[in-house]
Amino acid sequence: MQLDEFFVTGEPLIYGGMVSIALVTIAILFILTYFKKWGWLWREWLTTVDHKKIGVMYILSALAMLFRGGVDAMMMRVQLAFPNMNFLNAQHYDEIFTTHGTVMIIFMAMPFLIGLMNIVVPLQIGARDFAFPYLNALSFWSFLFGAMLFNISFVIGGSPDAGWTSYTPLAGAAMSPGPGQNFYLMGLQLSGIGTLATGINLMVTILKMRAPKMKMFQMPIFTWSTLITSFIIVFAFPILTVALALMTLDRIFGAQFFTLTGEGMPMMWANLFWMWGHPEVYIVILPAFGIFSEVICTFARKQLFGYKAMVWAIILIAGLSFVVWVHHFFTMGAGAFVNSVFSISTMLIAVPTGVKIFNWLGTLYKSKIKNTVAMMWALAFIPSFVIGGVTGVMLGMASADYQFHNTYFLVAHFHYVLIAGTVFACFSGLVFWYPKMFGHKLNERIGKWSFWFFVIGFHVCFFPQYFVGLDGMPRRVFTIIPEWMPLNIISTIGAFGMGIGFAIFVFCILYSYRYSEREKSGDSWDDGRTLEWATPTPVPFYNFATLPEIDSQDAYVKLKEEGRTTFEEDKLEPIHMPNNTGQPIIMMAFLFFASFGLVFEWMWMAIAFLIGGLIMMVVRSFDYDEGYHVEVDEIKRIERSARGL
Amino acid sequence: MSSHELKTGPLEYRRQEDQMTILGFWIFLGAEIVLFATLFATYAVLFGRTADSTPPMELFEPGIVLIMTFLLLTSSFTCGLAIHEMRRGNAKALRNWMIVTLVLGTAFLGFEIYEFIHYAHEGATMQSSAYWSAFFTLAGTHGLHVTLGIGWVILLLIQLAKRGLTPKTSRKFFVIGLYWHFLDVVWIFIFTSVYLIGMVV
Repeated sequence: MQLDEFFVTGEPLIYGGMVSIALVTIAILFILTYFKKWGWLWREWLTTVDHKKIGVMYILSALAMLFRGGVDAMMMRVQLAFPNMNFLNAQHYDEIFTTHGTVMIIFMAMPFLIGLMNIVVPLQIGARDFAFPYLNALSFWSFLFGAMLFNISFVIGGSPDAGWTSYTPLAGAAMSPGPGQNFYLMGLQLSGIGTLATGINLMVTILKMRAPKMKMFQMPIFTWSTLITSFIIVFAFPILTVALALMTLDRIFGAQFFTLTGEGMPMMWANLFWMWGHPEVYIVILPAFGIFSEVICTFARKQLFGYKAMVWAIILIAGLSFVVWVHHFFTMGAGAFVNSVFSISTMLIAVPTGVKIFNWLGTLYKSKIKNTVAMMWALAFIPSFVIGGVTGVMLGMASADYQFHNTYFLVAHFHYVLIAGTVFACFSGLVFWYPKMFGHKLNERIGKWSFWFFVIGFHVCFFPQYFVGLDGMPRRVFTIIPEWMPLNIISTIGAFGMGIGFAIFVFCILYSYRYSEREKSGDSWDDGRTLEWATPTPVPFYNFATLPEIDSQDAYVKLKEEGRTTFEEDKLEPIHMPNNTGQPIIMMAFLFFASFGLVFEWMWMAIAFLIGGLIMMVVRSFDYDEGYHVEVDEIKRIERSARGL
Repeated sequence: MSSHELKTGPLEYRRQEDQMTILGFWIFLGAEIVLFATLFATYAVLFGRTADSTPPMELFEPGIVLIMTFLLLTSSFTCGLAIHEMRRGNAKALRNWMIVTLVLGTAFLGFEIYEFIHYAHEGATMQSSAYWSAFFTLAGTHGLHVTLGIGWVILLLIQLAKRGLTPKTSRKFFVIGLYWHFLDVVWIFIFTSVYLIGMVV
C-alpha cells in the first residue's frame, strides 16, 4: 500500500485537519513533558478505577466529540445554505453526514450520559464504587479507543460514507470498497464491548450496592432511569454486535448475509440495525429524563410529583422500545398489516411519555422555582421536547409516513428529541453536578448567555426544517434547489447560534476554573435532595465514611431534617478499596491495534494484537489483587478536614 | 465493596463481591441469549437461501451430529458433577471431573472442525450462499464459545492447583459452570432447529 493510499489526500479541509491534529498532539506531548506530568497522568488518570475520575474522562471525551460532531454539522449547514455551493463535494458531504450521526449518537450522547451515571449513580445510592471497578475502567478505554479508531478515519484511509445507519447493499463490499466502512464496523464493535460491560456493571451496582435499607422505590429517579437504561443496553447491544459482525464477515471474509449475490438479504440489515437502533434512542433519552427529574425537583424544591407513575412510565417505555423498530422503514414494503402493528406500538409510546411530561409540570406547579442555569435547560426542554414528540407521533402514522419519510421533516423531528432531550440534559446535568465533580460551580451569568444562544439557535436551526421537509427537501442531499434556500439560510444561521452557544459554554468552563468560588459545603445548591449532596466536596475517594440507613425517598432531605451526616465517627470501620491498574488501558490498546489491522485487512496485524489482548485477559485471570483498606484514623483525618470540623 | 465474609453456605457465595460477580455473570448470559437469538433469527430468515450451493439436506448426517450432541451433553453432566464435588469441598474430584469435561469438550470441538472441513470439501463454505454464511456463523460462534471455554477451564485448573479451594477460586469455577451449561443449552437449539430441521426440509 502506498502512503498516499494510507493517508487521505486532495482535500484542503482534511489537510487542515491533519495539521491541527499534529499541532494539538505535539502541544499535549510538550506540555506533559515540560511540566513533568507523565507520571501524574499515568497514576491519577490512565490507571484509575475510581468511578468519579472515569466519569470525568468520559465527559471530557464526550465534549471533544461534541465539538467534532458540531464542526461536521456546521460544515453541512454551510454547504446547504445556498443552491450549488461548492464548499463540500458530494463524496465529502456523504462522509461528513455519516460521521456526524455516528459520532453524535455513539461517541457523544452515550459517553456523556454514561459519564454522568459514573459519577452520580454510586453517590446517589450510597455506594463506594461500581460493583466491578476494573471492568468500569475497561469500559471507558474500550469506548475511547473505539472512538479514536472511528475518528482517525478522516485522515487515514477515508471516512465511512454510507450514512450512520450503513444500509446495505450500499455499505457492502461491492458498493463501498476500501477501509472507510470498516472503520465504522470496528469502531462501533470496539466501543460496544464497553457499553455492554457498563450496562451489566450498573445493573449489579444498583441492585446490590444500595445504602442499607434503601428500597428500590426509594431510589432517586436518575438511578431508576439508569437501571432501566442498563436493561435496554444489555438486551439491545448484542443485536448490534451481531449485526456489525455479520457485515464485517460480509466485507472482509466474503460472506453473503447482506449482499445482492448468493441470495443475501440487504433488507435484513435494516431490521437488525433498528432492532438495536430503536432501543438505542431510549438508551440516550431515558437517562436524560432522569437528569431533568432531579434538576426540576431540586430547583422547584419539591418532591417529584407522581414518583411511582414516573418509574412505571420509564419501564413501559423501555419495554415498548423493543417493539417499534419497523417504523424506521415503513416504506420498505412490509405490508399494511405489519405497518399497522408497528404504527400502533409506536404511538403507544406517546402515552407513558405524556405521563412524564405531566409529572414534571405537576412538580413545577405552585413551586418556588430557582432560576439557575441547570433549571433553565430543564425548563427549555419541556416545550421543545413536546414539539419533537408530537411530530414523532405524526411520523408514526404509517400512511402519513410515506409523505414524511426521508425528508427534512424527519431530520427536524429527531433533532428536536435528541437535542432538546439528550443534549439539553447533558448540559443541565453537567452544570448541576459540576460542583460535585470539580469543587466549584460554573459561572451562572456566562452559563445563561450560552443557554440562550444555544436554545434560540436550536429552534432557529431546526424549526424551519419541518417546513422545508414538507416542501419536499429530502435528507442526505448535498445541494439544494433555489426554492428551499430561504428556510435553509435561516437554519444555517441557527446552527451557528448553537456553535456560539457551545463556544461560550467552553469559555464558561475555563473562566469558572479560574474565577469561581471554591465550594465549602457538600450541598452546593442548598436544596439537594439525594445522597450525592450529603458527601463533602470534593468527594473523598471512598465517597462515604459511614452509610446512613435510608427509609424514605429524597434521602438527604430527611438526613438534613434529622441533622445527620455521612460521617458518624463512632460507626467508622476500615474501608475496602480497589487498587489502580494499568491492565485495562493496555488490553484495550491491543484490541485497538487488532481492530486497526482488520480495518485495512492486514490479518497478520489483527491476529498478533488479538493474541496480545487475549494474553492480557489471561493476566487478568491470574490477578488476585484484593485491593487495600483505608484505616479509621485516615478516614477521620480526611473527613474532618473536608467538613471543616 | 465489602470485605465481610460469611462463615457458612457455599464458598462462592460467602463474600459480597463474589455474589455480585455471579449476578453480573447471569446478566451477561442474558446478553448472550440475545446474541444467539439474533444469530438464530438470522439463520431462520436465510434458511433455504442456498443459491447455487449444496442444500443442507444433502450434507447433514445424523451420525456425527448425534455423537457431538452426546459428547457435549455428557460434558455438561460432568461439569455439574465437578461443581457438586466443589460444594463438598473435594478439590481433587473437582479437578478430575473438570478434566473429563475438558476432554469431552475438546472431542466435540474436534468433530465440529472435521464436520466444517467436510462441508467445505463438498462445496459449502461461508462464502457459498446466504444460507451457508448463516449456518457457519451460528455454529461457528457456538464453537468459538466452546474453544474459549476450554482455554478458560485450563486457566482455572492452574489456579486451583496453586491456590486450592477459596471463595474466589470456587466462584470462578461456579461461573464457568454456568457458562458451560449455557453452551449446552444453545447446542440443543442448534441440534434441533439447525440439524434436525435441516435434514428433513
